[in-house]
Amino acid sequence: MTSTPRRRALVLGGAALVLLAAMLLGILVGPAGLTARGVLLDMADALPFVDVDSGLSTRQQAILWNIRMPRVVLGAVVGAMLAIAGAAYQGVFRNPLADPYLLGVSSGAGLGATLAIVVGGAAGFAGVPMAAFAGGLLAVAATYMLGRSVGTGRTEVVIILAGVAVAAFANAIQTFFMQLHDDTLRQVYSWMLGRLSTDGWSDVLTILPYVIVSVAVIALHRRTLDVMSVGDVEASSLGIDPARVRLVLVGVATLGTAAVVSASGLIGFVGIVIPHAVRLVVGPGHRLLLPLSLMVGAAFIVLADIVARTAMSPAELPIGVVTAAIGAPFFLFVLRRSRGVA
Amino acid sequence: MTVTCKSVSAKRGGVEVLHDIDLVVSAGTWVSLVGPNGSGKTTLLHSIAGLVAATGDITVAGVTPRKSGRRAVARAVALMPQRPIVPEGVTVRELIRLGRTAHIPRFGSEKPHDLEIVDRVIARLELEDFAPRSATELSGGELQRVVLARALAQQPDVLLLDEPTSALDIGHQQQVLDLVDSMRCEENLTVIAAMHDLTSAAQYGQRLVLLDRGRIVADGPPAEVLTADRIAQVYGARVEVLDRRDGRAVLPLREREDA
Repeated sequence: MTSTPRRRALVLGGAALVLLAAMLLGILVGPAGLTARGVLLDMADALPFVDVDSGLSTRQQAILWNIRMPRVVLGAVVGAMLAIAGAAYQGVFRNPLADPYLLGVSSGAGLGATLAIVVGGAAGFAGVPMAAFAGGLLAVAATYMLGRSVGTGRTEVVIILAGVAVAAFANAIQTFFMQLHDDTLRQVYSWMLGRLSTDGWSDVLTILPYVIVSVAVIALHRRTLDVMSVGDVEASSLGIDPARVRLVLVGVATLGTAAVVSASGLIGFVGIVIPHAVRLVVGPGHRLLLPLSLMVGAAFIVLADIVARTAMSPAELPIGVVTAAIGAPFFLFVLRRSRGVA
Repeated sequence: MTVTCKSVSAKRGGVEVLHDIDLVVSAGTWVSLVGPNGSGKTTLLHSIAGLVAATGDITVAGVTPRKSGRRAVARAVALMPQRPIVPEGVTVRELIRLGRTAHIPRFGSEKPHDLEIVDRVIARLELEDFAPRSATELSGGELQRVVLARALAQQPDVLLLDEPTSALDIGHQQQVLDLVDSMRCEENLTVIAAMHDLTSAAQYGQRLVLLDRGRIVADGPPAEVLTADRIAQVYGARVEVLDRRDGRAVLPLREREDA
């Protein structure tokens, strides 16, 4: 897996092309009959100093710019964040099964969303993103404090176990409230299974600052994550402070994940499968793993969303169902292939 | 003095495992730490490297491990662990490059100067053929050479070895210890090595420090420290100590009832 600069550039360039192609496909596919030519010309028209007539009607333009595009961009941002956060979590915990959901982001967010729906009724649905965000962050904070208070020995294992306990606790309370208010089950489930909304750019703009900060901080730690892979004792003796790195990265990865989960619901499988698949192909070096996970994760969600929109059209499948249904066989394929090669 | 420990005590899991250790090691020497399992050898090494909280005063090449930042400590002291952790899929060169961590900016990457040092270490330890290979494919002896290379890439003043050869056969043990000793001479490294094999400890160490239940019970040249009586007392072992031209050898004895 020696990564020469040339090979790295090729791999990253290829992934960027795949992502662009996926996004273009996401913009093109749909019921309103937008032609590829019209979409491309209209996008070209939006560039500075370019003036062409796309032939799209005003209504078609509105669909393109205010429905299709924000949804595709939202999907890309969500996928990118979940995948790079998964790579960061796996790196700091040296555990291939670690992802932001494991430390309680998903169960905390689920509890927060459930409470908002149950307590707030119809008005509560507007408060779901905020409640999910707060719930996710609180659950991970609880996990971290619980893990730290137990012992200083094998911190990474203790924290994951604490996460399992916090998640079980949050799930129990969530189930209790869902049973108590079974009229809200449908709403809660639809949020939990994940969905990308189509109401303009507000979701994208709300979560983007968190995602940018989170991705930037994780990317800065690319080499530090390589050092973390030799374990706490050796990493310390090489000159880093594993506990501090873990705190910082868990913090920012959780922040970004809680933000995207608040907008998209619980889209599973991406945080574990994408970094893993990427690692099997290009090796464990984070200099390639992080940007590649980001782009592959983004493309994966955009493509999964196309399936979610079209498979049972005009009805929509929950995107979480699609990511798991595509992700599991895809992952097995990559796993088999890499074994065959090795 | 490169390493100074004054009244150092340390706890592991709430239990005090090092009591009131005084140890001064001068630059360029090899000190072998010996003692039974659980006598505190690893904890003492980890205290010197600042990896465990210890009370008392420790200075290593002008650095105070628990007070100076990890980067400053890592430029002064390198640790060669007993069983190094090898991440899946990492090449030998990538593993050795990690040794430069403390020398490059916190969020930066290796400069040409760092890569030069890595190449030099690889050449010195004759690892060129291994460099592009996956580190998980290496044998125990090869891996210890790679980890030694990583430690040397740190350009430390002090090299700490935690039973570096206990997983190796006798031939590879000699190779690794000879290599460390020649690096000590070339680079004026100070070596503190926790060792199980008393004969090797005496052959390579100019000085032996014998630990028992967290205290230093003997400290001096091998011929003074390694006596049959003392080994019987500390290890509960029956041995014969042989004086040879190349040092003191310790031979375990078995008293057979039928003999």
